[in-house]
Formats: sequence, C-alpha cells, structure tokens
Amino acid sequence: MNSTKENSISVSNLSKSYGNILALNKLSFEIAKGELFGFIGPDGAGKTTLFRILTTLLLADEGNATLCGLDVVKDFKKIRQIIGYMPGKFSLYQDLSVEENLSFFATIFGTTIQENYELIKDIYIQIEPFRKRPAGKLSGGMKQKLALCCAMIHKPEILVLDEPTTGVDAVSRKEFWEMLRKLKENGITIIVSTPYMDEASLCDRVALMQGGIIMSTNTPENIIKQFDTPLYAVKSHSMYQLMNDLKTWNQTESAHLFGQYLHLTIKDKDSNAIETYLKSKSHQDFEIQQITPNIEDAFMRLMANKSK
Amino acid sequence: MKRFKGFVIKEFYHIFRDYRSMVILFGMPLVQILLFGFAITNEINNAGIAILDNSKDAVTHKITNKLLSSGYFKLEANLTDYKEIEPSFRKGKIKQVIIFENNFAKKLETENKANIQIIADASDPNTASLLSSYTTNIINKYQVEMMQNQELPMQINPEVKMLYNEELKGVFMFVPGTITILLMLISAMMTSISITREKELGTMEILLVSPLKPLQIVIGKVVPYVFISFMIAVIILVLGFTVFGMPVQGSLFLLLGECFLFIIMALSLGILISTITQTQQTAMMISMFALMLPTILLSGFIFPIENMPLPLQIFSNIVPPKWFIIIIKNIMLKGVGLGYIWKETLIIIGMTLFFIALSVKKFKIRLG
Repeated sequence: MNSTKENSISVSNLSKSYGNILALNKLSFEIAKGELFGFIGPDGAGKTTLFRILTTLLLADEGNATLCGLDVVKDFKKIRQIIGYMPGKFSLYQDLSVEENLSFFATIFGTTIQENYELIKDIYIQIEPFRKRPAGKLSGGMKQKLALCCAMIHKPEILVLDEPTTGVDAVSRKEFWEMLRKLKENGITIIVSTPYMDEASLCDRVALMQGGIIMSTNTPENIIKQFDTPLYAVKSHSMYQLMNDLKTWNQTESAHLFGQYLHLTIKDKDSNAIETYLKSKSHQDFEIQQITPNIEDAFMRLMANKSK
Repeated sequence: MKRFKGFVIKEFYHIFRDYRSMVILFGMPLVQILLFGFAITNEINNAGIAILDNSKDAVTHKITNKLLSSGYFKLEANLTDYKEIEPSFRKGKIKQVIIFENNFAKKLETENKANIQIIADASDPNTASLLSSYTTNIINKYQVEMMQNQELPMQINPEVKMLYNEELKGVFMFVPGTITILLMLISAMMTSISITREKELGTMEILLVSPLKPLQIVIGKVVPYVFISFMIAVIILVLGFTVFGMPVQGSLFLLLGECFLFIIMALSLGILISTITQTQQTAMMISMFALMLPTILLSGFIFPIENMPLPLQIFSNIVPPKWFIIIIKNIMLKGVGLGYIWKETLIIIGMTLFFIALSVKKFKIRLG
C-alpha cells in the first residue's frame, strides 16, 4: 500500500473502446502526489477518454485506476468529492455572471468563495473586474481562467484539466501555465492534457500519447535526451522548393517545418552531404546548423519510430 | 440542502434571464385562451345567407325576420332568380341560400303545405349541417307559434335542457383543454429541454463530477417549473372566469390539487424524455410530436373519443391528458367531489409513479 500513499494516481492496463475503435490500449502509469503531469498528443490520441475514466464519468472496459487510493468504479462518489475537473469544452453557465458561476460551484461542493479565496486569489484577481459580466461574454482566456477558478474553488486534491489552453491566445496560455505552477506549490496534483507540444516542457513529467497508447513517459529533459541523432535546422530562399527537395532526397530521415526553419534528420551522419545535395539542387543562400532538439522534435521522432 | 438550494436558485436565474422564453411562457396562456375563446370557436354567429323569395308575402317576410333576428344569420343578398344561386356561393360570402316557393302563404292556407328549400355550402360539412339545423329549428318554432290557435290532433313536444353548459359556450370546452395543453407543454418540454441543455453545453459533465446527487440535480431542475406551471394554471383559471365566465362549480382546492398532480405527471414525463435524449432539439421534437399531438387529438379535447375507431379509443387510455380533461371538466362544470373522480386521479398518480421509476432507472450517473 506504500505506492498508493505516494502516488496520487495509479493506472494499470486501462483499455476502452468505442465499438471497433480502440480509444485506450492497455495504459499504465503512476503519478506522484503534487506532480504537474502532462498528457501530450494530437486530437484523437485518447486523452479525453482517459480523463473521463479518471473523473468517473466513463467506465473502462478493462484495467483499473485509483485516485488517492480510491477506485474509480467502486468509490466514484468519494472521488467526486476530491477532484476538480475542467472539461475540454467551455462548460460554465453562459447566462450566469462570473461571480454567480463561481459561487454556484462553491455551493454545490459545500463551500464558499471566502473559504478558499486564498487558493484562487491570483487567478480570480484578473477576472474580478468583470465579475458582473455573463460568462458567455468573456474572452477565451478569461473563460479558461474562470473555469479554472470554478474547478478549484473546493480545494480539490487532484485537478484534472482537459485541454485548458486550446483556443486561447499565446499570452493567456503562458499566464495559464504560470498559474498551474503556482497551484502545484499548494500540493495539488495536476494532470493536464494539451495538443500543444511546446507546453510539454512546462510539466514535471509528460506522457506522449498517440492512438490510445503512451509512447513515452518521462521528464521533458529526458524525452529530449532520447533524441539519438543530430538535428539540423535548414533554411533557404525558397522554403517550398527546399521542402520538396528534401522530402524526395533518399538520405532524408525526417523533415518538418518549424517556423522559418526546416528541421531535418538524415541517414548519413555527415552534415556536409546536405550542403552538397542542396548545391546540386541549385539552392542559394541556404543555412545549415546543428541544433538541440526541442520536445516537439522528440515527439515527432517518437511518432515516426512507432509507426515504423 | 444548501447545495440543493443553490442549484434551484441557479435554475431560476436561467429561466428569468431568458427573456424570450419568459415572454412565451407567460404570453402563451394569454394568447391561447383568448384565441380559443374568441376566434377559434365552433359556435356560429352572423353566417352570411342569401334569400330567394319567390312569393314575397306576409308569411315569408315573417320567417325571414325570424331567421335574421336570431343572430346566427346575416343577410348578404336578396336573390331574384335561381341562376344567381351558384355565382353567389362562388363569391364565398354566403354559406346558405333559403328559397321560398311561389305563392307560399296561399299554398300554406289552401293546401296546408308549403316548401322552403335550404341550400347549404357543404365544403365545410360541420358548418353546413349546423346552419341547416338552426334554420329548421327556427322554422319549426314559427310553425308551432302559428298553430297555437289551432288544435292539433297529437303533438310531441321535446323539451331540451343543456345541462352544465346551458348556453352551449365553446369556451367551457376550451378552458380545460387549454390548461391541459399548456401544462403538458410547459412542464414536459421545458424540463426536458433544460436538462438536455446541460448535456449539450457540457455542464452536465461538471455536475456529475460534483458531489451533487443525481436526484438532487433532477429535482432541482424540476422545482422552478412546478412553480411556473402552477402559476400558469392559475392565470388560465382566472382568465377563464373573468373574461368568459367559466365557473368553478366544484372545490377550488380540489381543482388546484389535481392541477398540481398533473403538473408533477408532466414533469416526470419531461425528465423521462431528457434521460433518453442528448440534445435540446431532439427533446423538443419528442415533446412536440409524442406529447402535443396526442394531447390535442386523442385526449377528447377537440374530437370526441367516442367517435374514434376502436384502436384509437384504446390508445387514448394511455394518453394522460384524457384523464385530466375528464377530471377538470367534472370539477369545473359538474362540481363533483373526489368521490366521482378518484379513478381518474389514481390513473394519473399511477402514470406519474411509472414515469418517475423509469427515469430513475434510466438516469445515467456517468456519460455515454
């Protein structure tokens, strides 16, 4: 029982399918108390399904999961007391004001805004000027902040956030993650899912998900370390031409466009080969430099390896 | 309990902030009852008629006057020739033509017999038969008056009394019907929509993950509509009484109690609908087609159940409004007590329990 004490969430062999579609395929992982844990993966990876099973909203076909030692099937009533859940879709009452939403959620969890104000203060202060405004008329970032407040107002032990930053502008996204880091200091276990891979580096640990399986679970640093081949950033006057040329090159292992650079791995370990090839394709003013991979590169590589 | 209270307050916010629905909710009873009372009525007033009087004597004049002073008819045209009959019907202003034969008074005196022909526009069969029977009645009455001086060999004189609604007011039928329709519509449709709205918006997900019990969620949803529906029932009764003189012969307390029971029945039906639908739109469609149509057509509100084919008669037994209409008609018009309507009351209670049991069984504590 030692593990349940330390681990806030533990999942073993969890499977769930919708008809013929396997949404989750034998997932197992452990999340420690107070950890900020991210599930990163594209749409359809199974993140929402996993979260709904953890929040007792769905039943798994196989396997089991416990939150704070409570079983998600048997003890669903107790679990519903200790978790805070923010669904992927904005799910507050649009016709209720900011304040009314917050106090409604406080009431149904048997608490009051005053009681846990300290916990949400940092976030709530930002939306407080609009507290009389209906939630439906808030901007995207504001809505997410309000939803987060509502999910936390009862001081949950575990906070489950399903894609909280989807559809939110870059600045608000950054602020949102800063808030999560602060919350973590209160000892709350936070699991969060996101399709944005750049957000992965902000988590303590991440699980890279695709097609219902976890491809890798590790700290963001270690996931990057798993990148076992040199990575080059290439730029040319005609990026479209460059993309086409590199995609058709027999030495190319992977080529992805990242901003104004093309991230490239090659089978040949000699970077001079790139230069020679590009010259042969009459590219001018091109730039080639070796770079440290970021988490997104690592994820792309994992995905490519898995599909081989 | 505090949680529950918070939930109910939230529901009232939803209702009162949706101005458009509020206007519909309270405007609808007003409009419906006035429409049914004044406009949509099967009583006939001032139906246009034409008269072709070939005789133009004292007797035909008297009969014409009797007809026109009855209030049922309005003279649109005096015809002079049979050829004018068809075109005047075509114009659409008249519903009936009355033709007196030649030498009407003389024939009546000498032969003891004279003919009146009534031609009615039967493209609307109900109106046509009503008009012709009004006409015959008036003529018969006149005949009886004429014969007062003479001794008849034998005479049967039926005396008709229209019990419970002596003036045959259509509104006496429409008030109970309107109450039934509106309570059904508001209670069942509004609750089913308000529960499915939470599903659609995704807030149901959060409510389920909260410590609120499913029963608290459902009852919390229903409570505001109990109030609103009850208020609407009272509004209709007051309107019926003040505007149309619709009496409440029986105990008002019993009547309100039965209304309350029917509201609970309709609400539990609404909850049942919401447990089997996922979107507001399907909930509304089901409420409209599965509830409204039987309520209007099969409850005996407009079309008498006795005239339906047997399968429909049997089917009408599972239409809850049928029983409610029987109950309120009996209370309002005949003034009976619970002793006469306990059977119907029990049926509605049974239906309510059935719907509640079924919805509790169907209510999902999880998604999907």
